[in-house]
Amino acid sequence: MAQKLLLGDEAVAQAALDAGIVGCYAYPGTPSTEIMEYIQGSAEARERRVHSQWSTNEKSAMEEALGVSYCGRRALVCMKHVGLNVASDGFVNSAITGTEGGLVVTVADDPSMHSSQNEQDSRFYAQFALVPCFEPSNQQEAYDMVGVAMDMSEELKVPVMLRIVTRMAHSRANIATGATRPAAPVRIPQDLSRFVLLPVNARKGYARLVEKQPEFLKRAEDSRFNRLIAGPDRSLGIIAAGIGFNYLMETFGGEPCPHPVLKVSQYPLPRKQLLQLFDQCQKVLVIEDGAPFIEGMLHGPMGPSDRVLGRLTGQLPRMGELTPDVVAKALGKEAKAGPPASSLLRPRPPRLCDGCPHASSYEAILEAVKDAGPGHVFSDIGCYTLGALPPYNAINSCVDMGASISMAKGAADAGLRPAIAVIGDSTFTHSGMTPLLDAVLENSPITVIVLDNGTTGMTGGQVSAATGRLENIAAGLGVPKEHIRVFEALPKNHAQNVQALKEEIVHEGVSFVIARRECIQTARKAK
Amino acid sequence: MKNDIVLAGVGGQGILTIAAIVGRAAVGRGLNVKQSEVHGMAQRGGSVSSHLRLSSDTIWSDLIPLGGADVLLSVEPLEALRHMAQLAPNGVLLATDVPITNIGDYPDLEAIKAEIRRYPRQVLINADQMAKDAGSIRAMNMVMLGALSCFLDLPVDTLTGTIQDVFARKGDKVVEVNLKAFAAGRAAGQTVER
Repeated sequence: MAQKLLLGDEAVAQAALDAGIVGCYAYPGTPSTEIMEYIQGSAEARERRVHSQWSTNEKSAMEEALGVSYCGRRALVCMKHVGLNVASDGFVNSAITGTEGGLVVTVADDPSMHSSQNEQDSRFYAQFALVPCFEPSNQQEAYDMVGVAMDMSEELKVPVMLRIVTRMAHSRANIATGATRPAAPVRIPQDLSRFVLLPVNARKGYARLVEKQPEFLKRAEDSRFNRLIAGPDRSLGIIAAGIGFNYLMETFGGEPCPHPVLKVSQYPLPRKQLLQLFDQCQKVLVIEDGAPFIEGMLHGPMGPSDRVLGRLTGQLPRMGELTPDVVAKALGKEAKAGPPASSLLRPRPPRLCDGCPHASSYEAILEAVKDAGPGHVFSDIGCYTLGALPPYNAINSCVDMGASISMAKGAADAGLRPAIAVIGDSTFTHSGMTPLLDAVLENSPITVIVLDNGTTGMTGGQVSAATGRLENIAAGLGVPKEHIRVFEALPKNHAQNVQALKEEIVHEGVSFVIARRECIQTARKAK
Repeated sequence: MKNDIVLAGVGGQGILTIAAIVGRAAVGRGLNVKQSEVHGMAQRGGSVSSHLRLSSDTIWSDLIPLGGADVLLSVEPLEALRHMAQLAPNGVLLATDVPITNIGDYPDLEAIKAEIRRYPRQVLINADQMAKDAGSIRAMNMVMLGALSCFLDLPVDTLTGTIQDVFARKGDKVVEVNLKAFAAGRAAGQTVER
C-alpha cells in the first residue's frame, strides 16, 4: 500500500486507474478539472494508454464513456455540477440502457458557488435517474468508493454516480492506494437490443431499472460507507452526509459524538438505519453539504416535521457550503473567532489579468456599442465573464455555456438592435455551434464575437477544441465569408478593431468576429 | 501534536508552494495532513487562502474552525487582516509588508502595518527584499516558509531536505538561493517566542 498526498480529485483519478479504466472523459470545470489532469500527467496512464483527451463538452464525454462501457470496458466521466445539466440526456438514458463495463460518473458540486453560477446538488440527479450514488466523507473514502462503484456498476449493470463537493475535490490528504486491476478486453454486449432505446426496448430497460431499486437499497443498507454509530445522548440524533460527517466530528474535537449518528455516504438512503435512528431519537438534525436533499425528503410535502432539523428549519443556513463553524453552531457550540475584522478591509474580487487579451477586446466592444447604449451584449462562461465587473461593465448576461449566442438570437428575434454575443473559443465549441446554426438558418441580425485566447483559460489553460478551427467552423455552419472577420486583440489595434466591429454590428445578418490573442497566462507558462 | 495553519495571499502569489512543501515534509514524517486549496475564478488576482492541517491524530475537517489557527501566514499585508478571525487566542501572525495594490481603493499601507503590529505575536517582514538579498525575489515564499518553520512540529532539516528535493531539478544555484531565503525567514521567525 503506497501512501500519497492527493487532492480529492486526484484520489478519484488514481482510484479509477487502479480500477482498470481504459478511459477518462471530461470537459474542464472547477472543481472537477484536476481529475482528468491527474490522469494526463500519470506515467502509468500513459503506459497503459488510458484515454485522457478532453471532450468538447460533458454530453460528449458522458456518451463516449457509455460507448466504452458498451464494449465491456471501464470508464470514468467527470464534470462539475452544471456540466451534468449538459450531460443529463446521456446520463439519464444510460440508466435505462444500463452498462456493461463499469461506468462511474463523478460530479463535483460547488456549494457556495466559489466558481459557479449555481449550487445545484447532484444527488437529485442520481435520484431522478434512479441510480446509486456515493458521497465520500473524506479523500480516502473517495479513493475506496471508486473501486466499489466500478464493481457495482459492472455487477448491477447501472451507471453509478460519485458526488463530491469543492472541499473534497480541492483538499489534499494522505491516501493509501490499493492494487491495480487489469483492464478488461473488448466484448460486444450479449443483448444487443439493450442499447437501442426504441420504445419497445426502453420499456424493458426501464422495467429492469425499476426492478433493481430494492437491490440498490440493500447495497446502501449493507454498505461499509453507511453506519449507525451509537451515542448515549438520545435527545438528538444526527444524520451526517458526506463531508458533513467531518465537520460533525471536528465539533467534538476528537471525542466521540455524544449523540447517535447516522453517517450517510451511499444512496439510496439506507432505510433500515434511518428507521433505527428515528426509533432512538425524537429529533434528528440533518447535516449535509449542498441542498437540503435528505432533510427535504424527511419533512415531506406536508412538512416541516417537528422531528427534523437542518437547513429548512434554520439550525443551519439554507444556502452555502457547510463549514465547521456553522455545524458547531447548529450543535449549540459558540464559535470562538479570533480578532474582529479590521475596518481597513476591502474586498479583492477576481479580475482580468494584467495584459489579458479580453481587456483589449472589451475596450473595443465598449466603444463600438457606445451609441447603442447599455444592455446589448450577451455573454458566457469563462474568464471574460469578469468583464461584467468594473472597470468594464461590458456584458449583460452570463447564464450557461453557449447561452450568449442563443440569447442574442432570441433578443434579435424580439427586435433588439444591435444584439451582440461575446463568447470564448472553448465555450463556443462546447455549446455555441448549434445556436450559431440557428442564427444562420434565419440570418438573424446578431454579431458573435469569439474571444479566442487559444485555451480554456478559467480552469487553468487546457487545450481548446476550437484552436485553429474557428473560421472553418463558422464557414461550415454557413456564416458568409465576408462576415467572418478576424482581428488581433491588442491595444495598438484599438481603432481598427472598433471599426471592424462597427461594420459588423450594422450588418443585418449573422456576423462572426474572432478577437484573437493568446491567453497571457499560457503565454507566460510557454516561456 | 497538531499544527493548524491558514495561508493567505492574492491569486498567483504561490501560497500553494509553501503548503505543498510543508505537506510533503509532514507526510514524510508519518503525520496526517489535510490541505484545502482554492482553484478557478478566485485565482484570477482575487483573495485566496489555503488551510493546512498537520496532526499525529485523525484530522476530520478540511477547514480550520474560526479561532483555531495556530499560525496565520499571509504573503500580502491586507490579506493578513482578512483572515484574523481564523487565529487562535495565542496564535502567531506572519506577514510580509509588501502590498499588492490591484484594487482601486487599497487602504493606507502604514495603517495596515500598524494594525498587524498591534497583534501580540507577529512577524512583519519585507520578504521580497529578504528574498532578493538571498539571490532571487522568486524565493519570497521560502522566506515565509522559513518564518513558519519556527512554529511547526517538524524538524528543520526535514523541511530543508524537502526544499532540496523540490528544487533539485532546477539546479544547485536555485536550491542554494531557496535555502538561504528559508534561513533568513527562519531567523526572523525566531524573534517571536515559541
